[in-house]
Amino acid sequence: MTRNLILGTLLTAFLVGAALLSFVWTPYPTDTVAIAERLQPPSASHWLGTDHFGRDMLSLVMVGARTSIAVALVAVGIGLGLGVPLGLAAAARSGGWLDEAIMRMNDLIFAFPSLVIAILITAIFGPGATNAIIAIGIFNIPVFARLSRGAALSLWRRDFILAARTAGKSAPRISAEHILPNIANLLIVQGTIQFSLGILAEAGLSYVGLGAQPPIPSWGRMLADAQTMVALAPHVAIIPGLAIVLSVLGLNLLGDGLRDRLDPRLGAVRR
Amino acid sequence: MLAYALKRLLILAISLAIASLVIFLVVEVAPGDPASFMLGINARPDTVAALRAELGLDLPVHERYLAWVSGMVQGDFGTSYTYRAPVAQMVAERVQVSLPLALYALLLSTLIAFPAGIFAAARRGRAGDMAVMGATQLGVAVPNFWFAMLLVLLFALKLRWFSAGGFPGWEEPLQGLKALTLPAVALALPQAAILARVMRSALIDILHEDFIRTARAKGLSRRQALWRHGVRNALIPVLTIIGLQFSFLLAGAIIIEQVFFLPGLGRLIFQAITQRDLIVVESVVMLLVFAVIVVTFLTDLAYAAVDPRLRHRR
Repeated sequence: MTRNLILGTLLTAFLVGAALLSFVWTPYPTDTVAIAERLQPPSASHWLGTDHFGRDMLSLVMVGARTSIAVALVAVGIGLGLGVPLGLAAAARSGGWLDEAIMRMNDLIFAFPSLVIAILITAIFGPGATNAIIAIGIFNIPVFARLSRGAALSLWRRDFILAARTAGKSAPRISAEHILPNIANLLIVQGTIQFSLGILAEAGLSYVGLGAQPPIPSWGRMLADAQTMVALAPHVAIIPGLAIVLSVLGLNLLGDGLRDRLDPRLGAVRR
Repeated sequence: MLAYALKRLLILAISLAIASLVIFLVVEVAPGDPASFMLGINARPDTVAALRAELGLDLPVHERYLAWVSGMVQGDFGTSYTYRAPVAQMVAERVQVSLPLALYALLLSTLIAFPAGIFAAARRGRAGDMAVMGATQLGVAVPNFWFAMLLVLLFALKLRWFSAGGFPGWEEPLQGLKALTLPAVALALPQAAILARVMRSALIDILHEDFIRTARAKGLSRRQALWRHGVRNALIPVLTIIGLQFSFLLAGAIIIEQVFFLPGLGRLIFQAITQRDLIVVESVVMLLVFAVIVVTFLTDLAYAAVDPRLRHRR
């Protein structure tokens, strides 16, 4: 195992572990206000201090991880679920009108500044986690479509695919049975990268008030709340940001590590 | 080259047409009638109807779309529902903040990324390279708005070198530039990290090329070959990324403007959204998309001008 993979796995496991643990246990409840204990710096009783409502920051960060993971994961799911079939279909009919239409549509989505459109969608249809997921998910579709099309195209020229075609298998069946398993590694690696980008995007949308709404804790929202208090209690601004950085860093390292491990050829020529 | 440019131009036109249609339709299905919103819940139905007619909201959808698009082409972005001012004028005021901010950030990002990428490529696999790569790994993981808050904490609240937000205008250019410095640094950092990585890998790719070996065989040192032949050729992929980054920076500016209370396009969009001033929302979003599509188009052209092989590739 490379250093990247180990560090990435540890950080990601930490993130997912904290989120899962928060379902059954947090040090303090996140929905009760204790004004007397507001804005306390980290201490033995509150490891990461308290926020402006006196809520325990560690508990909030743990529950916030849930929001980040949920939004980013479903957004990746949308990209995989719609993008991969589109990419596979385009590759199977390479050069045809379907291929052309799918790829031009992808170009168009790529041309849009994703953040602006995400803001437009959440602004028009109302802020909230669901609309944030849709807004982020839409931009994952072309990423996966392009990736799977490119990878599938080179596979279609291989002998074992020719054999499958000679055996009378249909294009959709070949795509599902032979192409998909062979591009799975690539999809996993890209999935981790998009997952980390999703966490960043969710944080950005929540920060401007268009992501998950109170009382659901989210890291971006915590940062927005912290903005006016940063001079009084820097920890309320530093901690949620660190949580984002460590999660994104962990997923990126995991993606890099997986790429090296799942595709040894890449590792060899990687510079 | 002309055929290539014309083809790209056609794609540009189609992209713009579809983009405008999508933006218009998204705003069209938005819940909430601007006229009722402007007049409040106690407004009489006939007053609302009169205002709807005045704003042109009673026209059929396709007529409104055509009116909007043809207006934009002529530089008329419509009239803001809430401010009763021409949207074009409001946009023009705000662009004076957002555009310099994006360009400033682009400049900073390039100034940081080039030396970092070249340094890392020249010391590939050694401690210096590892340090730069580690820093870029961290750079791409940092949300720019959080980095902005940390900058405010350190440089505005603790050291008091900069103000924590606001914009004094361009009457005194230096003061204006100073107010945009922290926001530009915050915007530039993650982009610099990406650009440094691209610069490094492009350079490393090129250092394996035959012409570099030839240059070395002619007696150039590694460093001379890197500077005279490597960097110039690595600029081609780097140029594309810089073009792409402009759109990230313009869009990213929307969030950063919130952190620093800058009166730019981002603030305008958010204000318009909360006031259901949809004509402002759709015009500003269209303008941003237009800027991005045009920059992508120009990048493609520049790329093709530099690398003739591209013109013939599909």
